[in-house]
Amino acid sequence: MTRSTEPVIDVTDLRKRYGRVDALAGLTMAVQPGEIFGFLGPNGAGKTTTVKLLLGLARPSGGRGTLLGEPLGDREARRRVGYLPELFRFQPWLRAREVLALHADLIGLPGADRARRFEDSLGLVGLADRAGSAVGTFSKGMQQRLGLGVALLGEPALVILDEPTSALDPIGRIDVRAILRTARERGAAIFLNSHLLSEVEQVCDRVAIVDRGRVVAEGTLAAVLGAQETRVRCEAVDPAGLASLAAFGPLRVEGRELVFVDLLEPRVPDLVAALVDLGVRIQAVVSGRESLERRFLELVGHPPPEAPT
Amino acid sequence: MITIARLTIGEAARRRILWVLVILAAIAVGITGWGVDRLVTLARENGTAEFQIQFGVSQILIFIAFQFTFVLAMTAAFLGSPAIASDLESGIALALLARPLRRTSYLLGRWLGLAVVLVAYGGGSALLAILVVGRVSGYTPPSVLMPIVYLSAEGLVVLTLSLLLSTRLPPIGAGAIAVVAFGLSWMAGAIERVGLAITASNPGVNLEIVGQVGRALLPTDGLWRGVVYGLEPGIVIAAASGQPLAEANPFFAASPPTVGFLAWAVTWVLLVTLLAAFSLRRREL
Ligand SMILES: Nc1ncnc2c1ncn2[C@@H]1O[C@H](COP(=O)(O)OP(=O)(O)OP(=O)(O)O)[C@@H](O)[C@H]1O
Ligand SMILES: [Mg+2]
Repeated sequence: MTRSTEPVIDVTDLRKRYGRVDALAGLTMAVQPGEIFGFLGPNGAGKTTTVKLLLGLARPSGGRGTLLGEPLGDREARRRVGYLPELFRFQPWLRAREVLALHADLIGLPGADRARRFEDSLGLVGLADRAGSAVGTFSKGMQQRLGLGVALLGEPALVILDEPTSALDPIGRIDVRAILRTARERGAAIFLNSHLLSEVEQVCDRVAIVDRGRVVAEGTLAAVLGAQETRVRCEAVDPAGLASLAAFGPLRVEGRELVFVDLLEPRVPDLVAALVDLGVRIQAVVSGRESLERRFLELVGHPPPEAPT
Repeated sequence: MITIARLTIGEAARRRILWVLVILAAIAVGITGWGVDRLVTLARENGTAEFQIQFGVSQILIFIAFQFTFVLAMTAAFLGSPAIASDLESGIALALLARPLRRTSYLLGRWLGLAVVLVAYGGGSALLAILVVGRVSGYTPPSVLMPIVYLSAEGLVVLTLSLLLSTRLPPIGAGAIAVVAFGLSWMAGAIERVGLAITASNPGVNLEIVGQVGRALLPTDGLWRGVVYGLEPGIVIAAASGQPLAEANPFFAASPPTVGFLAWAVTWVLLVTLLAAFSLRRREL
C-alpha cells in the first residue's frame, strides 16, 4: 500500500439539518493516513451523522469534504473503505462465511484464496468456529464481531468504525484494540466513533471532540487532554507569597488548590520547600494530567463536578 | 447488480419462500387437473357435444387463471414490498450501500432476482396447469405461450410497483397499496366493459374513460385481457365478438391487447423503475 500524505478524510464546514435539528453545524476536521483517529462526543453530538455523510449514505446540507481524495460518497473511494455501522444487521439467513463472500463480491475482491481469507477474518474476530452458522443465530456481540471482520475485509485504506465495542465483553474490547493496532501497522487509517473515553485514550493517536455538531477540540491526545498540572492543596497564600512563586511557571488558584502548569517533576520538591519557607501548611501535592473525562466535560460545556474536599 | 440478484434468489430459496410457492403450485395444479378430469368425464358420459366441452373447459381455465392472477399479484406484492423497505429498516442497507454498489444496481438486482422467482413460479404453474388440463380434457388453448407471458407480465407490473413503494414505505404499507392498486385496476377495467355494453344502447354515456385511465395508471388489467384472449378457443371469439353483453364480460376478450398498449406497458415498467431508482437515490439512510 502506498502511503500518501494526503488526508484520508478532510471535511470543511460540513452541515446537516434534519428538519429543525442541526445534526452538524459546521464540522471541520482532517484525518491523516495511517493514524487511529478517535471521534468523541456525547450522545446526539453528530458522530453517526458525520460517518453517514462521509460514505454518501446521507447528503450534506452544506459544506464540502473528501474521502480518500475523492468527493464525499464517491463510489471508487468506497471500495477502499471498510465500515462498521452503529445500528445494523446482516442478512440473518446468510452464514457468517457467506456474509464475507457477499461483501468480497461487492468490493470485487479477487477469487484466489478467498476461502482462506474468510477463515482468517473470522479467526481474527474470534468467530472461527461459527463460520457456518446463520447470522440470525448470532448474539449481538457476535454480530458486531462479524461486522468488524467485514469492515476489515480486503485491507481497506480507511476503516470507519461506529461504536465498534458497544456490544462487546471486556475481552472483546481488548481484542478490538489489538486488531486496530495491527491494521494501523499495515498502513490503514482508522476512524473510531465512540463515547467511551477509556477506549479512545488507549488506542488513538489523535482525537477530535465533537459536541452539538461542531469539533470543539482536535489534536494529539496530549494536546486535547490538556497540559501537565501540579496541584497543591494547602492553606491560602497571600498575594506577596504568590508573587514569589512566579519562578515555578504559570500559576492559578482554584479554591483551596494552587495549580502549576507544566511544572517539571524534578522541581516539585523545590516548590514544596519554597511553600514551606513561606510558612504554608501543605495537605497534598498531586502531579499529573487533567483526566480526559474532566476535560471532556469541560469541552462539552458541563462543569466538572467539584473535587471532593 | 448480478450479486444482488443472486442474493435475492438465494434468500427466496433459503427462506423457503421458493419451496412453499412450488408446493402450493403443485397442489393447485393437482386439484385443477383432477376437477377438470371429473367434469369432462361426466360430461362425456352424458353425451355433451365436444364443442361445448371445449368451451366449458376454456371457461374453467379462464376462471382458474383469474384466481391465479390474484395469487400472483399478491405474491409479487409480498415479495416486492419488503425487498427494499426491510433492508432500510433493519440496517442491512447501511452495510450494503456503503460498498461501491450503486443504489440503482441494488434496485435492479432486487427487481431481477424477484422477477426470476416470480416468473418461474407464475409461468411454471400456468404452463403446468394448461398442460395438465390439456391432457385430461383434450382442450389446449390456441396459444400456450401467450397467456403465460401475459400472466407473468402482470406479476412483473405489480412487482415493479411494490418495489417503488418499498423505497419509501414500510413493508406492510407498500404491500397493501400494491394489492389494492391491482384490485382497482381490475375494477376499472370491469366498469369500462360494462360501459361498453351500455354505450351500445345509450350513446352518450361514456364509461370507457374509466378503463382507459385505469389501464394507463396500472397496466395489469389490460394484460389480463391478453391472458383471457389467449385461453379462449377461436370459435368462441368469433361467435361472441361484437355482442354487447359478451363484450361486457370481464372473462371475455374479443381481441388481444393492442401493440400500443403493450408498448405502454413496457414503458410503464421502465418509468416506474426509473422513478424507484430516483426515489431510492434520494433516500437518506
Ligand atoms: N434520520 C434522522 N432524522 C432526524 N434526526 C436525526 C436523524 N439522524 C440523526 N438525527 C439527529 O441528529 C443528531 C445527531 O445524531 P447522531 O446519530 O449523529 O448522534 P451520535 O453522535 O452518533 O450519538 P450516539 O452517541 O448516541 O450514537 C441527533 O439530534 C439526532 O436526533
Ligand atoms: Mg451514533
